[in-house]
Amino acid sequence: MTHLPYIVAAYGLTLGVAAILSVNATIRLRQARKRLAAIEQPGRTRRPS
Amino acid sequence: MNATQSLTARTGNLFHRYANPGRFLRMGAKLQPWLTWPALALSAAGIVCGLFFSPADWQQGDSVRIMYVHVPTAWLASSGYMALAVCSLLSLVWRHPLADLAAVEIGPVGAAITAVCLATGSLWGKPMWGTWWVWDARLTSVLVLFFLYLGHIALIRAFDEPQRGYRAAAILGLAGAIDLPIIKFSVQWWNTLHQPDSITVTGAPTMSTSMLWPLGLTTLGFTLGFGAIVLARLRASVMESRIRTILAASRGRQSAQTNPQTDSAAV
Repeated sequence: MTHLPYIVAAYGLTLGVAAILSVNATIRLRQARKRLAAIEQPGRTRRPS
Repeated sequence: MNATQSLTARTGNLFHRYANPGRFLRMGAKLQPWLTWPALALSAAGIVCGLFFSPADWQQGDSVRIMYVHVPTAWLASSGYMALAVCSLLSLVWRHPLADLAAVEIGPVGAAITAVCLATGSLWGKPMWGTWWVWDARLTSVLVLFFLYLGHIALIRAFDEPQRGYRAAAILGLAGAIDLPIIKFSVQWWNTLHQPDSITVTGAPTMSTSMLWPLGLTTLGFTLGFGAIVLARLRASVMESRIRTILAASRGRQSAQTNPQTDSAAV
């Protein structure tokens, strides 16, 4: 492979950006779900944090 | 009410049926695994096939393997903006609340994918053309698309009152869609260094089937992945919006309890 560095860089960049976007979306969704569940819990006093 | 208004109202009702946050969150939760897991499987299969099993090109050699990530990102850069333009239309015509939130979430993902498309294009261009960049019609129009995404991201967050940001960004989203046909037909309208499309709707593909399969797998996988990421962000955004509403209502109740006289005087 004469063009190996270019190929590795292209795949690395694509997978890296995809991983960052996926992890970011997963963490954000998990935090939102947890926070909403805590607020919507019946019997719990709703207070702004 | 004339025929056009009646059609707009009926179509609006159809869209608004899916604007209920609770219904959207239930539907989104069901849809999420159907996008995420096939996206991972298809992308992995396509990348492995593209890297290790597809043949090298007789002219380009192994650098043609960059195609398996560059072409899907190019497709997603354009189709992501198309989705943004559709959200803009839904926002401007029917004031669809989810369309605004979707536009907020599509923007950063689309911009990141467009940046990857430009970068992988440069990484392919350097060994093939001998340069990282040329002011060629295709490359320039995709760069303009990247700036349109950045403009949309900035504009939608630029106002203290979110609704004003949504309206302004929706206008930019719709106006920017003019760049999409320019990107598509740039290789036909102008004499460009970028190669013409290898796959068209009407004609047979001009590449070997052994290259077409991995490309199809990564394109489908990346598209589902794009959908999965945007859906996850949109679900989070709807939940965050619900949290803000609940907290605001709670603050309002507390304020009414602590200052009953002020409230009754105001009434």
